[in-house]
Amino acid sequence: MRIALRIALAASAALLTLGVAQAQEKTLRIGTEGAYPPFNNLTADGQLVGFDIDIAKALCDEMKVKCTFVAQDWDGIIPALQAGKFDAIVASMSITPERAEKVDFTHKYYNTPSALAAPKDTTLKGVTKEDLAGKTVGVATTTTHFNYASKTYTDSTIKGYPSSPEEQADLANGRLDAIQDDIVVLSQWLDTPDGACCKILGTPNPQPVEIFGPGAGIAVRKGETDLVNQFNAAIGAIRANGKYKEINDKYFKFDVYGGES
Amino acid sequence: MSVTAAIVERPPPQARGWPRSRIIGYALVGLWIAFGLGIVAYLIFAWNAEFFAKYAPAYLKGLGVTLSLVAISMVLGAILSVPVAYGRMSNNPILSGLAYCYVYFFRGTPLLVQTFLVYYGLGSFRPELQTVGLWWFFREAFYCGVFAFALNTAAYQAEILRGAIESVPRGQWEGAASLGLHKLQTLRKIILPQALIVALRPYGNELILMIKASAIVAIITVYDLMGQAKLAFANSFDIQAYIWVAIVYLVMVEILRHGVEWIERRITIHLKR
Repeated sequence: MRIALRIALAASAALLTLGVAQAQEKTLRIGTEGAYPPFNNLTADGQLVGFDIDIAKALCDEMKVKCTFVAQDWDGIIPALQAGKFDAIVASMSITPERAEKVDFTHKYYNTPSALAAPKDTTLKGVTKEDLAGKTVGVATTTTHFNYASKTYTDSTIKGYPSSPEEQADLANGRLDAIQDDIVVLSQWLDTPDGACCKILGTPNPQPVEIFGPGAGIAVRKGETDLVNQFNAAIGAIRANGKYKEINDKYFKFDVYGGES
Repeated sequence: MSVTAAIVERPPPQARGWPRSRIIGYALVGLWIAFGLGIVAYLIFAWNAEFFAKYAPAYLKGLGVTLSLVAISMVLGAILSVPVAYGRMSNNPILSGLAYCYVYFFRGTPLLVQTFLVYYGLGSFRPELQTVGLWWFFREAFYCGVFAFALNTAAYQAEILRGAIESVPRGQWEGAASLGLHKLQTLRKIILPQALIVALRPYGNELILMIKASAIVAIITVYDLMGQAKLAFANSFDIQAYIWVAIVYLVMVEILRHGVEWIERRITIHLKR
């Protein structure tokens, strides 16, 4: 029975390492996507850069913790947080009720509107349901933009993409009549040679808060209220001491924070 | 009394103790059973009539897309595999070289890469494709998927076909020739019936691999079974979405496996003694 005992011991040891919560360390692991420029992007040499990354670094400095970054596909980013692969998501994640059932959110750290882009020679006149009837709209799945598009443009074909670069490539290729995404993400792409094909078609109005939420927040595992409070205090601090404005101005010509909520 | 039934001498039955290998075996089987029960228990525990009512029709639709994608690709691939297999067995260095390169490329690169090359790669040649009038085909993600899958499976099926034909002894060809049979007749009446018995298993495996690989098309915006699961997960953040889809794939593969076994039993009946 020695072998059986050994197997049982090994199995329970493995379960323990999996199950036991990560010991509280001074290092905070931040998960982000890395395919959403200018907010977060993985450069050719494997560096994570962008607005989200700089904000996260500023928050970590403010909270006096050391932060490391992990790039994770968007579709699996919430399960990965729950599985303990990292401790917080700073990835332009909009605060929505569905997500809030799975994770806890901080206050917003920015809020920019959703918009649609189309080829420059488009015949589309606007972004209402009627304008887009019978057309094909590309959107990255698991996003607020996708939720809005599938609820609003019910007479259109909605094509789901794994992330923004794919939907942009397909608009440039001519498979799509329009794409919907964050206006900042779209503008950034339209400024590149790849985006020269296209233009901003318009921003849906109104942008219902029950779909888009109050803005992008930082997500942590359910129940980690201390961490949420620390982040909230840090967001307030960098807003107050000018650090936020410094980062904002590095990337944008306007204030992405939006109105005070 | 001498006419008694022959008593068959058998070796004495092995002592059924608890050797090490047996213990390990039981432990592992126990582990797997526990694992399976765990999943079943989870599904019962997490049973959500609302989830089921909301997404089951979508899954069925996705299943239809997956099945038609795999069926069309397999048939087109089978047709395309004949000239490729012919090329592989040809003595003409150009033909056999071309066929070799084709098989080498499609078996040596991931299907995911091939699908991306077709969908996003060919997609960026829209003006050229429009000039030759093929854009309507490559515009549709489903057609792109079928195109990539058919090319891929043709390479594998060609190798299956070639291996099976070459497994039939040369003597069969020579015997048929000595009877004055034409080459094509020999192939059709003598070689293929024997070769296809050998090919059945690999064909079944290829079909199963294709069914599982077809999940790849979910990322080029085709709402197949996997695509619907991703969508369900995106809306519900419920891991059930993926567990159910795994079960559906498992059931499909299991049905196919038994189907292939049944066919094999039927067509090898003359080989049983």
